[in-house]
Amino acid sequence: MQKATPLLWLLFSAGGTLAALLYPVHLALVGLAIPLGLVEPAAYESLRTLLAHPLTRLYLLVFVSLPLFHWAHRFRYTLYDGLQLKHLTPLIVALCYGTALVGTALCAWMLWTV
Amino acid sequence: MSRHTAFHPRWYRPRVSVWWWLEKRAYALFVLRETSSVFVALVAGTTLLQVRAVKAGPEAYARFLEWLGTPPVLAVHALAFAFVLFHAVTWFNLAPKAMTLRLGGKKVPDAVIAAANYAGWILASALVAFLMLRD
Repeated sequence: MQKATPLLWLLFSAGGTLAALLYPVHLALVGLAIPLGLVEPAAYESLRTLLAHPLTRLYLLVFVSLPLFHWAHRFRYTLYDGLQLKHLTPLIVALCYGTALVGTALCAWMLWTV
Repeated sequence: MSRHTAFHPRWYRPRVSVWWWLEKRAYALFVLRETSSVFVALVAGTTLLQVRAVKAGPEAYARFLEWLGTPPVLAVHALAFAFVLFHAVTWFNLAPKAMTLRLGGKKVPDAVIAAANYAGWILASALVAFLMLRD
C-alpha cells in the first residue's frame, strides 16, 4: 500500500483535472440540456459512428476511468476523517479502489466489444 | 508508520464529534468539496449507461433519453451538475498552489496559472459541445 501511494495521488490528480475540464460540459448536455429540450440530441446513427472510432473509445475509457480513481482516493480520505473510520482502513481501501478498478474493467470491456 | 490503536492509556485524546466539520464554514466547504467526488463518480456511471444504450441499438438509446428526462434522474443530475461545477472551480483555484511555474527565473503569478486553467476549461467545453451536437 505504501508503495502505491504516489501512483494513487497521480491518478487522483489526473482524474481531478479531467473531471474539472470535461465533466461540467458533458453533464450539462447529457443530463440537463438534452432532456430539457434545450438542444437537439445528435442522431443515433452519428453517435453510433462516433462510438465506432478508436479515438472516441480511448477518450471514453480515460474519461470514465481516471475520475473513478479520483473519486476513490478522495472518498477514502473523507470516510477516514469525516466519519472517523480509521480502524476500517483495509475495508475502505478495498471498496474504493476496487470499485474504480471494476468500473475501469467494465468500461474497457464495453468499449472493446463495440 | 505506526498502526492505529483504539486506545492508549498514556495519550490524551479528546473525543471529537463526527460533526466537527459543521463547526466552521471553512470546514463545511472542505467537506462539500470532498463530497463532490461522489458526484464525479456518478457522472462516470451515467456515461457507462450511455455507452451501453448506444451499443444496444436505437430503441435502447431512445429509452435512455427518456430515462434522462424523468424527474428523479433530472433532479439528481441537476444536483450533480452543481457539485461538478464546484469541483471544477475549487480545482482550478488550487492549481496555482499545486504547481509553481518559473519562467526566466521568475515565478509565474498565481492569477496567470488560474487564468490559463479557466481558458483551457472554456476551450475543452466548446470542443466537446461541438463534437457532441453536430450531426
